[in-house]
Amino acid sequence: MKDAQAKLSMGPVLFNWPADRWRDFYFRIADEAPVDTVYVGETVCSKRAPFHAPHMPEVIERLQAAGKEVVLSTLGLIMNGREMHQLRETAEGGADFLIEANDIAAVSLLRGRPHVIGPMINVYNEGTFGYLVRGGARRVVLPVELSADSIRVLAAHGGAELEVFAFGRLPLAISARCYHARSHDLSKDNCRFVCERDLDGMDLDTLDGEAFLAVNGVQTMSYSYCSMIGDLDRLREIGVGRFRLSPHSGDMVRIAAAFRDVLDGRLDVAAADEIIAEETGDMPVSNGYFHGVEGVALKGRLANLPVE
Amino acid sequence: MPKLELVCPAGTPASLHAAVDAGADVVYLGFRDETNARNFPGLNFSRDELRQALDYAHERGTEIYVAINTFPKAGNPGPWHRAVDDAAALGADAVILADIGLADYAARTHPGLRRHLSVQASASNPEAIRFYKEAFGIRRVVLPRVLTVPEIAALNRQVDIETEVFVFGGLCVMAEGRCALSSYATGESPNMNGVCSPASHVRYVDEGDRMVSRLGNFTINAFANDEKAGYPTLCKGRFVTGGKARYLFEEPVSLNAAAMLPELMAAGVTALKIEGRQRGRAYIAQVVAAFRAAVDAAAAGEPVPAADLSAVTEGQRKTTGAYNKTWR
Repeated sequence: MKDAQAKLSMGPVLFNWPADRWRDFYFRIADEAPVDTVYVGETVCSKRAPFHAPHMPEVIERLQAAGKEVVLSTLGLIMNGREMHQLRETAEGGADFLIEANDIAAVSLLRGRPHVIGPMINVYNEGTFGYLVRGGARRVVLPVELSADSIRVLAAHGGAELEVFAFGRLPLAISARCYHARSHDLSKDNCRFVCERDLDGMDLDTLDGEAFLAVNGVQTMSYSYCSMIGDLDRLREIGVGRFRLSPHSGDMVRIAAAFRDVLDGRLDVAAADEIIAEETGDMPVSNGYFHGVEGVALKGRLANLPVE
Repeated sequence: MPKLELVCPAGTPASLHAAVDAGADVVYLGFRDETNARNFPGLNFSRDELRQALDYAHERGTEIYVAINTFPKAGNPGPWHRAVDDAAALGADAVILADIGLADYAARTHPGLRRHLSVQASASNPEAIRFYKEAFGIRRVVLPRVLTVPEIAALNRQVDIETEVFVFGGLCVMAEGRCALSSYATGESPNMNGVCSPASHVRYVDEGDRMVSRLGNFTINAFANDEKAGYPTLCKGRFVTGGKARYLFEEPVSLNAAAMLPELMAAGVTALKIEGRQRGRAYIAQVVAAFRAAVDAAAAGEPVPAADLSAVTEGQRKTTGAYNKTWR
């Protein structure tokens, strides 16, 4: 694994971006971003999917024409017949695509054919990993909670490629309740799509003004941006060959290039970290889970970069 | 309609006796380690205590389910495999599992051991439930607390398996088994460690005019002197979004769906679950007795008695949670 070239994935857009922005984002990723794979599809809230659906064919076509592997991502929490129907349509209509499962229903439908296990499926150990590999999983995007020790064990198991969440706000929880709507004194059924107003999620502070989390509809995320830019060497050493960049409103082409350049030895970590700071507006970064501590923590090389 | 089965928690032998004596059909419990989702100091059962508990319960016609519902750590499946092996050897009536790998192990190693799917597995639709049933012979699924009663009814029409739902106690507002909020702040989570918002990371800071509750490095709530300072469970805290402070995720309420028992029966549910393995014996006795009466009344087609449980729930407000669609 160490010798093969590391690959970069652009994860699915987790936020409810206006449809034009969503389409244009993928067009630009197709044309300019040095990523190998692009995930497309709504994973957070089924109410958003109809807005992006009309653009889906042209986005996929543009990405494929640019030589990107396209993976269709699916919903994280399936609770009703309409959502189940959507999933079946994707699974049956997407026979030519790899599909990313984010609910066990998708794992079930995709069994026996090559597929991707998404980060919302609980793969904590080699028993589960092996079971899913025997069912056709070719790639497993690991849960964000996993430490280096756990990742090493899964990498040693083999049978499927590992992908690790390497940039962006961490998806931490999903609910039946919409907190975006609730924050605006609305309910999920009458949400008026208020989540569309926050391109990177809605900041959530503590009563003492500490920046803590971010709300993305029914999903709760970290306030900090996960950044594994200082841990790529170690991740490569323990057998991880693919890294997921999760789309944000900053310049994802530039961020993808920074990761590519660090992986290829053309850019040092400090310079890449500076690019990430510029593109996120100096947001705090974190990598604690990988280092076996609380997710919000910053450890390793990134924690020890000289302050300018 | 068959009578609903009443599944009650126990964190100690004393609580188990209380639950059995108060009329539990089933008591569920965990081993004293990280294999169960209530891995709190001073709680849960040794192997010997389980053996004695099984004797006590079985003599009185009560069953015991063993919850082994955290996710085994990579490279160290031993404690989880041993928990399943010992539950089987000691004669537990069922194990409650969340992890795919562990369900696979249990199905292969102990085909005769009844297997239930924990709420931590988050099986919220017919296809997911079918998967667990067909792959691992799961006989009953504990439904995640995300579904409305009509959704539960629709689901029961589509699956050929027993379903169990929570009716009382602490309420997760996130899909269970899919929440890493606790570990983001503390490093320890329900999935990995069997704890949420662990006491080891809690601090109360007396600032004179207010009491602040902290989890890790974050303020979860603050209370005026005349307010009772609640435990800082992360998703029950007060936070600021859009310039306004509020209980954004959920108020400090607990679930009470006693009044919905007839609807849950009609929705095809097999069993009702009471949360609270961390609770004391007096609490267990009162809650189990109240629900025993409620289940019996519902089965007889009589109105469900309005149980006064305010004494044990510290005056906390009640919610029917996701069972009503307006909760969302």
